[in-house]
Amino acid sequence: MSESPPLLRATGLRMAFDGTETLKGVDFDLWPGEVHGLIGENGAGKSTLAKIAAGVYRPLAGTIERDGRMVEIAGPARANALGIALIHQEPQMFPDLTVTENVFIGHHPRRALGSIDWKSAHHKASEILEGLGAKLNVRSRFGSLSVADQQMVELAVALSNNAKVLLLDETTASLTPKETESLFKIVRGLRDQGCAIAFVSHRLDEVFSICDRITVLRDGSKVGERKPSDTSVQEIISLMVGRELASSPLASLITPSANPILELRGLSLAGRFRDVSLQLRAGEIVAMAGLVGAGRTDVARTIFGIDAASGGAIHLDGKPVRIRSPRHATTLGIALVPEDRQHHGLLMPLSVQSNATLAALKRISPFWLRRNSERARTDEYVASLGIRLRATSQAVKELSGGNQQKVVLAKWLLTQPKVLILDEPTRGVDVGAKAEVHRLMRELAAQGMAILMISSDLPEVLAMGNRILVMREGRLVAEFGPGEADSERVMLAATGQEAHAV
Amino acid sequence: MRSNLLRPEVRTLALLVLVFAFAALREPRMLQASSLNSILLWIPLLGVIAVGQMMVIATRGIDVSVGSTLGLSAMIVGMQFRVHPEMNVFLGAFLGLAIGAGLGAVNGGLIAYGKLPPIIATLGTLSAYRGLVFIVSHGEQVDSNYIPAALTAWSQDGPLKIGDVTFPWLILLAAIVGIAGHVFLTYRSLGRNVFAVGSNPEAAHLRGLPVRKTLFLVYTICGALAGLAGVMYASRFGFVNPATCGQGMELTVIAAVVIGGTKVSGGSGTIAGVLLGCLLLGTISVALAVLGIEANWQLLVYGSVILIALLLEAGARRAFGEAAA
Repeated sequence: MSESPPLLRATGLRMAFDGTETLKGVDFDLWPGEVHGLIGENGAGKSTLAKIAAGVYRPLAGTIERDGRMVEIAGPARANALGIALIHQEPQMFPDLTVTENVFIGHHPRRALGSIDWKSAHHKASEILEGLGAKLNVRSRFGSLSVADQQMVELAVALSNNAKVLLLDETTASLTPKETESLFKIVRGLRDQGCAIAFVSHRLDEVFSICDRITVLRDGSKVGERKPSDTSVQEIISLMVGRELASSPLASLITPSANPILELRGLSLAGRFRDVSLQLRAGEIVAMAGLVGAGRTDVARTIFGIDAASGGAIHLDGKPVRIRSPRHATTLGIALVPEDRQHHGLLMPLSVQSNATLAALKRISPFWLRRNSERARTDEYVASLGIRLRATSQAVKELSGGNQQKVVLAKWLLTQPKVLILDEPTRGVDVGAKAEVHRLMRELAAQGMAILMISSDLPEVLAMGNRILVMREGRLVAEFGPGEADSERVMLAATGQEAHAV
Repeated sequence: MRSNLLRPEVRTLALLVLVFAFAALREPRMLQASSLNSILLWIPLLGVIAVGQMMVIATRGIDVSVGSTLGLSAMIVGMQFRVHPEMNVFLGAFLGLAIGAGLGAVNGGLIAYGKLPPIIATLGTLSAYRGLVFIVSHGEQVDSNYIPAALTAWSQDGPLKIGDVTFPWLILLAAIVGIAGHVFLTYRSLGRNVFAVGSNPEAAHLRGLPVRKTLFLVYTICGALAGLAGVMYASRFGFVNPATCGQGMELTVIAAVVIGGTKVSGGSGTIAGVLLGCLLLGTISVALAVLGIEANWQLLVYGSVILIALLLEAGARRAFGEAAA
């Protein structure tokens, strides 16, 4: 590189949330005129690192230098002033305001007496956007733009701030290949002007095509730094997943029944996923792998009646059904344990008992609330799931993540479902609780339940799935039978390096 | 042009014309000077508070304490006039504004720094400020003979007369507030922050905007304008009663703001819309009296008309899509 100091250098960054370490002393630097890929599995610490550099989080330990000078990035405003801009995965913008306003809010061009010069603001905004190759009416509402245009506006914000350090956090996740290509053109242009760009992604093909250097994170530690020319996709993947995790899949104890309970035939949801066909049999656990944003959660939501499918059919016990609402899905014997238990799975201030009996309340207390039978049923599941608590009257928010997840599980088991869909069932739970959730899933399958498990945790996918399905960009791209999958093959399919026909 | 027709302000204007035409056809007295004068006296009071309330709602907040703020400010200023009859009326108006600003700052502090939900914080001060009205007044009314003639003239005389129709000084005062509000919200960074904070508070924080300062400011402005409206109330009615002054005003103001096209979910709102909302509610209220609807029924009909207007607005938003709203 050059003798000048790096635009940004982070040394020994440590970070933890709720006692879980997400960064364990990471070093990272950005030099002028480079695109530096920051990759790793979900939860490896990539986004945390980017957010620390952008002042969203304060690190527990470690230092940051900007142009060789030690800086404290106390907040987003400070990061802006230092010329550091973070483009978020989900646009952090103002849908009700115009494009111009989204670009300039906080630093409008002013006239005398500090009044905003709208004419010049509109003019400058369209100039910046045109420089990015985007033809937009800058007076239109931001909320009415396409996602790709919205991201152009986000880039324009960074440029209007004269940012020298750009952090792109999974910016391509919701872009089409064509939109991604034009984004890359812009990124290369900025690089050639001497900006430094950190490219956070887990799409390996993109990382290889645009990055000058790649840093791989795993479980909050830096496990390698490579030049794309000196490495291979295989090497990067084994760095990402770690060799020791490539364990063999665990054979199921029972044979699934022949007839599927749940079958999807070419199911589609416009803009989310297309032509998804799969079968789920009693007694089996089907694991669904893929990257964040691949459309897995959308499939689950559609099966559970939250979103209405735009095409295809759902068959239950061999008969076509149109699932109108989550309530309808529940009566049909489908249960969904959602990814976000804080917001979608639990009523945090209410008691364990109230939460556990919520979905099956009609069954337990048909008219008047029957506190005693509610308590009896709750106690039953508290015992069988091994939920650790003081009393069933305790508020759910006081429980640990693992025990909260078991309460969600109890809630749905009380409805006696035939089909259980689990979306990231062990995210944010500790190792012990994770093993217990896995044991429960196997028991339930052995009792004849059909389980669809969405997981971004590769070892979990490999250990739990009788079959493994992989989704990428809204399509089912691979299926592995028992014993066919290993972590690298799943990762290759998920990142689009190698597609297996379904 | 098409998109202009779909603007909420245009829909409100259409509704206004409709209500007025209906009342005028049923009862020609609607067109008489006395009716028009009533409408013209109705708007400024409502409008001045609504400008502040709109800013609050644009931040996703709400201020239900404005009626009590108005009452307390009117009472204190009225009592000052009782003790110092020679006090300059402009000083009185400024005093009302300052008292309101102080009360609004308390709301702002509770919400921006105390992190209380706006509805809870202002429900608390709605009751507390009304309690203060009774405490400072000992439950006694400030009678009309203590309100200076120079102040009542604000609502009786005006800069413009067309026939028997008077545009009172209060209208001019409200117009100044409206223009100042428009300039603040359109040409000042702090004003733009109001909409940004309401549109996406999380993003506002990430962009380094002063979120808490903005919230504190809008509640202070809202209080100040309610305080100014207190003095306008004293001018308009000529007395200040501790129980009735400003009582229930918050609901009318909020209705005017929402009918004027301000989204309760934040991030939007225009002064023109607020003005039309006030005009519509003023017209409805006068029409009810002119049409001879029995006093006992007026509240019910008034409430129903507001709900119908809001339902129409919500329906239009669904039909034309959010983009038009």
